[in-house]
Amino acid sequence: MRTESIRERFGLAMLELGRRYPRVVVVTGDLMYPTQVHHFAQAYPDRFYDVGIAEQNMIGVAAGMATCGKIPFVCSYANFTALRACEQIRNDICYTNLNVKIAGLSSGLTYGVGGPTHQSYEDLATMRSMANMTVVVPADANAAEAAVFAAYEHDGPVFLRLGRGPEPVVYDRDASFTIGRACQLREGQDVSIIANGPMVYEALSAAEHLEKAGIDCRVYDMHTLKPLDLDSLRSAGLETNLIVTVEEHYIIGGLGSAVLEGLNELGVSTPVMRIGIPDLFPIIGPTNELRAHYGLCADNIVRNVKAALSSI
Amino acid sequence: MKGDWQLGKLDLDGLSQAARLIRIEVCRMFGRVGQGHFGGALSCADIVAALYFHELRLRPEEPDWPERDRFIMSKGHGAPSHYIALGEKGFFPKEWWEQYEKLGAALNTHPNMLKIPGVDFSAGSLGHGLSVGVGMALAARQDKRSYRTYVLLGDGECNEGSVWEAAMCAAHYHLDNLVAIVDRNYLMVDGCTEQVMGLEPLEQKWNAFGWCTEVIDGHDLEAILNAFDNARKHAAGPYAIIANTVKGKGVSFMEGRREWHGNEITPEELTQALRELEGTA
Repeated sequence: MRTESIRERFGLAMLELGRRYPRVVVVTGDLMYPTQVHHFAQAYPDRFYDVGIAEQNMIGVAAGMATCGKIPFVCSYANFTALRACEQIRNDICYTNLNVKIAGLSSGLTYGVGGPTHQSYEDLATMRSMANMTVVVPADANAAEAAVFAAYEHDGPVFLRLGRGPEPVVYDRDASFTIGRACQLREGQDVSIIANGPMVYEALSAAEHLEKAGIDCRVYDMHTLKPLDLDSLRSAGLETNLIVTVEEHYIIGGLGSAVLEGLNELGVSTPVMRIGIPDLFPIIGPTNELRAHYGLCADNIVRNVKAALSSI
Repeated sequence: MKGDWQLGKLDLDGLSQAARLIRIEVCRMFGRVGQGHFGGALSCADIVAALYFHELRLRPEEPDWPERDRFIMSKGHGAPSHYIALGEKGFFPKEWWEQYEKLGAALNTHPNMLKIPGVDFSAGSLGHGLSVGVGMALAARQDKRSYRTYVLLGDGECNEGSVWEAAMCAAHYHLDNLVAIVDRNYLMVDGCTEQVMGLEPLEQKWNAFGWCTEVIDGHDLEAILNAFDNARKHAAGPYAIIANTVKGKGVSFMEGRREWHGNEITPEELTQALRELEGTA
């Protein structure tokens, strides 16, 4: 299992983005090193703006720059953007439909020992509730790089939810990334596992285990939470008997909820099981151990799929 | 009350007429719907007149002209006065004033940049505008453009911490192309600012945050224009103008009254207000 650091690749992608596209500017709030945009800052000091630990101002500044033809990438943490500056994102970027991209790193449990104040379990629920917002959750470092460029090409607000450290590689370098189009990574007739972010790897791993138990799983990387790929969802619902969603986010309001809403909209009533962080503030610990503790891992997906199938 | 306001031509009488026109038309516009944020629209009418009929470099026929001076009505509920200035300058047909607050209308209680030519940023929730202005000023510097950015804030709005984040940032970046104007009318929804959440010493606060700060009579057009001149000459960083004003200025029964922050108005009150503003009371 090869791993690559999400933030390292993000930082290098931003550097290349800055090289290619002169209209790109970076705005951060004292997090250029943790988000690795210090490369961009060093290469393009005239297009780099650190506003210090002031996230509401950070968003407003980006919005103002966007009205002047810049394409700002706000680089910070998922919770400090989506939650601390939530109203600014809503009023200054979404209501105004400005071309600002928000890269929220260190999302989910990826800073395990940081504890709840430095984690995000509500960011996807909050961001997808906003009109005009596009929400993207890349699965690995290669997808993160592709997502940066896809976000640039997209006209309008984007929330790019990213992790932190090394995550297993799922995609090849130069794999294509289309906002709004889920990637089906595995064929299967019995169960659809729909995941995003680092849970995509866990989903693939679970599918392999389940195959040995005679359970045939397809796996979707549903990286775009909003707009949700309803075509893929329809296929999953009509062609398999159970949908399992897996996300490093509360089971309230994120991928699982979006899938339930989508199925309802499609008139498809396939059973859905949501795997995610339960409705509590997690304990602390190293990220991999935390994920295992809360069932955000292949073993738990396998357990739950077997249990669910036995009761259908 | 018709006239052609020539950009750049200093004419204090003309500006005074423009301010009066703003007051009259904003009361008429509120009167059509029976309610409005009279207090704050009237307190900033002279500032808006000075900006739109003298100070700002604009092209009404090209609202997105990249070199235009920017203006943000950060105290969004003051936008109705802005609408009168914009309509008078030809950014949109004056007939739009009659559609104010109607279903789907462009002109509303709080400004929407997507619907109104000449509005540089949407506003309403207080405390956002100065940060946006900082962004515009930074973009100007990056692009080596000479446009200036003006942000009009309420004094109650200065309770918001985000205002001070923006203030700190503007000073840090020495944004000499950014001007903050505080409509210091000493009133907010719940009463006098100093009783609800004291702002004083406000001038010292702006100074301490690194802004060259000037306190003026916000109804003295000459003082307003001089302050804009001083701001333009101040090359070390951003400039704050604390404009002492009277909430509801120009209408005797509204002046200094908390209730007229946002209030319903009877036809009789409207008639009285217009008589006073037109000078026929």
